Amino acid sequence: METLKPLLEEHPFLRDLSAEHLDLVVGCAKNVRFDPGKYLFREGQEANEFFIIRDGHVAVEIHSATKGPVIIQTVGAGEILGWSWLIPPYQWHFDARAVEVTRAIALDGKCLRGKCEKDYHLGYELMKRFSHIIEERLAATRLQLLDLYGNGI
Amino acid sequence: MATESEGLKLRNAPGTDPMRPALFEVHRVRQETRDTFTLELRSRGPSDGFQFLPGQFNMVYVFGVGEVPISISGDPNRPNALFHTTRAVGAVTKAMRRLRRGDVLGIRGPFGASWPVNEVSAREVIIVAGGIGLAPLRPMIYQLLSQRDQRGRVVLLYGARTPDEILFTHELQQWRTQLGLEAFVTVDRAHGDWQGNVGVVTTLIPKAPFDPSQAVALVCGPEVMMRFTVMELSKRGISKNRIYISMERNMKCGIGLCGHCQFGPYYVCKDGPVFRYDQVQDLIPLREI
Repeated sequence: METLKPLLEEHPFLRDLSAEHLDLVVGCAKNVRFDPGKYLFREGQEANEFFIIRDGHVAVEIHSATKGPVIIQTVGAGEILGWSWLIPPYQWHFDARAVEVTRAIALDGKCLRGKCEKDYHLGYELMKRFSHIIEERLAATRLQLLDLYGNGI
Repeated sequence: MATESEGLKLRNAPGTDPMRPALFEVHRVRQETRDTFTLELRSRGPSDGFQFLPGQFNMVYVFGVGEVPISISGDPNRPNALFHTTRAVGAVTKAMRRLRRGDVLGIRGPFGASWPVNEVSAREVIIVAGGIGLAPLRPMIYQLLSQRDQRGRVVLLYGARTPDEILFTHELQQWRTQLGLEAFVTVDRAHGDWQGNVGVVTTLIPKAPFDPSQAVALVCGPEVMMRFTVMELSKRGISKNRIYISMERNMKCGIGLCGHCQFGPYYVCKDGPVFRYDQVQDLIPLREI
């Protein structure tokens, strides 16, 4: 049976992972597809997956009683969506909605957490990769908070 | 001198006084966004047109109110009309917004160094604009797209505050569909009905389609945005001597005499506003120069 291994080993997020660790990750992966308007996850739900977006793009948003849904960020092809599966209490903080037809590889976080507990080297490799993504998102969020174009900073 | 364009710099016509404003009449006012507008101006006197290079600016004088430096946002190949796009944020620009067809302004210029028009010919060009920073880049985009057949790919990454604050929306569409500009737009915040990207403009750089070993980057926007943009461009592999930025300082005389816009060894009005990044990179992080 054809696996997702060729796709995953080519992806920058998993590049240079050892063959053994890659096999462990592949064992937790599946293909998913979302039509426009469908939610990949909702705020408050248990966070048991993360996604490698292959096509399309996803709006990460939060619902405000006065403003309706406010989009905080969009995630597109090649990017990684979701790290709440990695950090207790494993709960999504935002909604993620497909803006257009979106194809992704979903990685089962519960399955990976179990493998990471058994193999700390795999856990460290994944933590390094997610730390990099979290650092980039934090830097981007700080720039957003500066409201650069509004205040002429 | 900051760029190769030193030799190409244009000034008021020979024999005229660069401190003396020429009279221009408002031909049209176009409201671009809630607080941003474009004035289309025509010379009041006999004129062969207003020759300028992309990236240059004028000192715009509203009589009885004051004078401010504003970049030129029109097409350098259409010198009969002079365009200035600006936000209404201070006394002079708020007075400019109240102007109507037939009102008269004083113009001194064009001043300053241009975008590196010659260096980018036949190269890939990546343009990164933030907010009103698209206005000083628009003449360069016109210039690049007018030479479409002779040149490489042109990529625009543009960040605005919200979807309502995206400038030149009609032209962006036209540049994309008719002239082959690869334009990617993002906004810092949006409501649920927005179909485009959300995130700061720097987040577009890692996935933008360009060859970093070949490309020249032109960047304009708030200075913090430009610093982070340069970091991202460097991560992609564009060397700092192929990155140009347009700086904003308190320009007054426009000809490097008064010293108001001094920036280390440079006068931004005369040596800039366009600088090659490696020439100013050590000065930019300094709190006091």
